[in-house]
Amino acid sequence: MKKAFPILGLLTAGLLSYALYEGLVVAPKEQTMGEVQRIFYYHVPSAWTAFLLFFINFLASVQYLVRRDPKTDKIANWVVITIGVLTCVAPYAIPSLVPAGARASSIATTGVALVGLYFLIKKFFSEQETDMLALTTAEVGVVFCTVVLVTGPLWARPVWGIWWTWDVRLTSTLVLWLIYVSYLVLRRFSSSGQTPVLAAALAVFGALDVPLVYFSIWFFRTQHPQPVIGGGGSIDPRMLHVLLINWLAFLCFAFLVCWSRYRLERMKREVEETQALEALLEPRSALR
Amino acid sequence: MTYLYVAYAATWAIHIAYLITVVRRYSRLKQEVEQMHKK
Repeated sequence: MKKAFPILGLLTAGLLSYALYEGLVVAPKEQTMGEVQRIFYYHVPSAWTAFLLFFINFLASVQYLVRRDPKTDKIANWVVITIGVLTCVAPYAIPSLVPAGARASSIATTGVALVGLYFLIKKFFSEQETDMLALTTAEVGVVFCTVVLVTGPLWARPVWGIWWTWDVRLTSTLVLWLIYVSYLVLRRFSSSGQTPVLAAALAVFGALDVPLVYFSIWFFRTQHPQPVIGGGGSIDPRMLHVLLINWLAFLCFAFLVCWSRYRLERMKREVEETQALEALLEPRSALR
Repeated sequence: MTYLYVAYAATWAIHIAYLITVVRRYSRLKQEVEQMHKK
């Protein structure tokens, strides 16, 4: 595993450079917005990566909460399977449930991803490890969400003529960022033994904002454009190609950052455990 | 074009700043481990 990290790091650096070249040079110039539209190749993949990380944080937090009791764990498994099946079947069985502009396949894919990721996390992470995974993905997710909130206004200013507007998409994204920042603040400054449980509960409710952000442009009239994939918007195939390359590059980068942060967290907990053990043993050795 | 370059630069500035904090936390932890070994 130690050898894999630098190799993956080099591959990711190469992919990010290639994605940057594609975004700045190869992608066609958008006719209405001009060159500034290229911000799209950083803004959208960062948003998708943040959503994915918050989604993993949600699943890890749910598992941390339910795995404390085997009965609840079993019930949660069936709830996840039921939600997965319903999100796969319902959009095709009852098309009126699908929001205008959205595709049934997008909702079904989300259902499959939910079940797949839930059981993958369950298989590869122990109860304590799910807590570390939740912390890691929340932290890296906040970084990507910060990128979204910074690049968005930089794109809005030349195109809309304003830096910010309090419309649903922008406001819900800001609220999402604030929720996860408060999650990190709670984890950083609370010394109670119940902190992971409280943080997991906050993360579960915080994650409810993710679909609100994502679907806000379907449910409400907003200044923000329609989604380019799985929604009412359309995109030039060459632009889509560059967008997907950039997303792949950011996904690899996010994976590496999460991996490093996860290793750091595990090391930190090991040190804390050793220190606690030493503190317990010291008085006994003094008595002898 | 300025907005485009500022957006790209800001993205990497945010990522690099975060990576620096991770590296700093790692080196602090490493120091702690070394001190524990000395004891």
